[in-house]
Amino acid sequence: MIIGTLAMIYIFILAIFTGVEVISRVPTILHTPLMSGANAIHGIVLIGGVILLGNAGDDKVLFALGFIAVILGTLNVVGGFVVTDRMLEMFKAKTPDKTGPDK
Amino acid sequence: MNLEIVPAAAYLIASLCFIFGLKRLSSARTARSGNFIAGAGMALALAGTFLLPDMGHFCPILVAIAIGTVPGWLLAKRVKMTAMPQMVSLFNGMGGACAMFISLGEWIKAAEGPALPKLLGIILGSVSFTGSLVAFGKLQGLISEKPVRWPLQKAINACLLLAILASALASVRDPSGGLLWILALAALALLLGVLQVLPIGGADMPVVISVLNSCTGLAAALTGFAMHNMSMIVAGTLVGAAGSLLTVLMCKAMNRSLAKVVFGSFGLVPKGAAPAAQGDQTMREIAASECAIMMGYARKVIIVPGYGLAVAQGQHLVHELEQLLEKRGVEVKYAIHPVAGRMPGHMNVLLAEADVPYPKLLDMEEINPEFEQADAALIIGANDVVNPAARTDPGSPIYGMPILNADKAKNVIVIKRGRGAGFAGIENALFYQSKTRMLFGDAKKALQELITEVRGL
Repeated sequence: MIIGTLAMIYIFILAIFTGVEVISRVPTILHTPLMSGANAIHGIVLIGGVILLGNAGDDKVLFALGFIAVILGTLNVVGGFVVTDRMLEMFKAKTPDKTGPDK
Repeated sequence: MNLEIVPAAAYLIASLCFIFGLKRLSSARTARSGNFIAGAGMALALAGTFLLPDMGHFCPILVAIAIGTVPGWLLAKRVKMTAMPQMVSLFNGMGGACAMFISLGEWIKAAEGPALPKLLGIILGSVSFTGSLVAFGKLQGLISEKPVRWPLQKAINACLLLAILASALASVRDPSGGLLWILALAALALLLGVLQVLPIGGADMPVVISVLNSCTGLAAALTGFAMHNMSMIVAGTLVGAAGSLLTVLMCKAMNRSLAKVVFGSFGLVPKGAAPAAQGDQTMREIAASECAIMMGYARKVIIVPGYGLAVAQGQHLVHELEQLLEKRGVEVKYAIHPVAGRMPGHMNVLLAEADVPYPKLLDMEEINPEFEQADAALIIGANDVVNPAARTDPGSPIYGMPILNADKAKNVIVIKRGRGAGFAGIENALFYQSKTRMLFGDAKKALQELITEVRGL
């Protein structure tokens, strides 16, 4: 148990540094899509909802909480990724124009 | 053990997907694939979860996922590009609520295990939920965008925070499980989310959304702690950390102090300094025809697009005007302030939607030295980002904010809907300068007139 908790804390700390490092060079124009993308990634809570509902057994309260959580988590995931993709689609659309580096 | 190896492997690969996805999201060329990789990771993690031992209720799970998918997909597909920021906020709120419900469930389910992650999960999830909804309401125009204020604001919030801590303590001490205390805790945290965001003005909402975004990330990570789920810890923490850095970067771009945004003081215009009475206060109007001549015979025109342009859905017309001018041999560039639109990068998204070539969009640092050589600066629906008071007037609430030096151009043309002050409610001396001409009207209509006139030159 102690080892498990400790391992989780290790992962937590390393993930903090990874998160900061990974986006440290983001240009301003990508702030909005990046925020939206990150928003979609924390939709990972959906997994928690699925586990809660999947293990609810006969408990009605847990079942209800899990059910609502899964709906909300799915909204977060689906909405987040689709919105991000729509934003980024636009950046992609005009890459052909970018043939010659203009200054 | 064998049964658990598949989900564990799925979680590991999913975590890697999130890291690579986030990495690719921070560069323009790879961003879209990054989003896709992160999405694939999510699908993988979800699939792995179904294979966990002791899982049941598969039908209800699939039904709930279907119920969430349809509106999520439709909303995300239908929303206008101008409304993106509030959409992000709305989805963020859903994630927060999800974390809150899960933590509540975990609390009810098992008394053993450390209480801290569950308690913090409930608090952060709740604050993020209602805070995001208020932010959504403000940007959507459902709630007043102006800072809402009431007496003893900070004291009330501080009391609320103390009450939250007290009920958290009480719930841990309560031998009977402390469910009532937990519900009280959630209710108080939900209230805190509302009260914390309500006093913040619309102009600061992007920062608020970013803060709440990392809040939800952290809540997800804490839920992962409570459930011993590595992929949740990794993904949640990644977002929490990246979101915090993003908030700092945004604050820098907007020249806001994070503490001031969160604890409120922006928008409180110092009473004495409000109307900067300097010389004559008349705005000089210009007709579209005259404006077309000014630009049509210029060598270099810099366009400064602002949120007003986006609201009027004039992106495509601007691009048309730019092409017409280029055909006449005029050099046209766009000056993009980091916070043009409503969020950093929002204006780039909107102009990209209208097929404006990427190299024509220049950052503030790149374009600012060029204004002096520009024959005309065309400001469309932008206000605060070109307000010279940010450079000159220490009493102004936006003093110190980096601005576009549009006032350095030889001529300045401003397309503006009315004579009122901007988003942040601050007067703009640029509009009263002798070389400034105002073209009043809706950005779309004004641009249409301009295009017709330039065609007729």
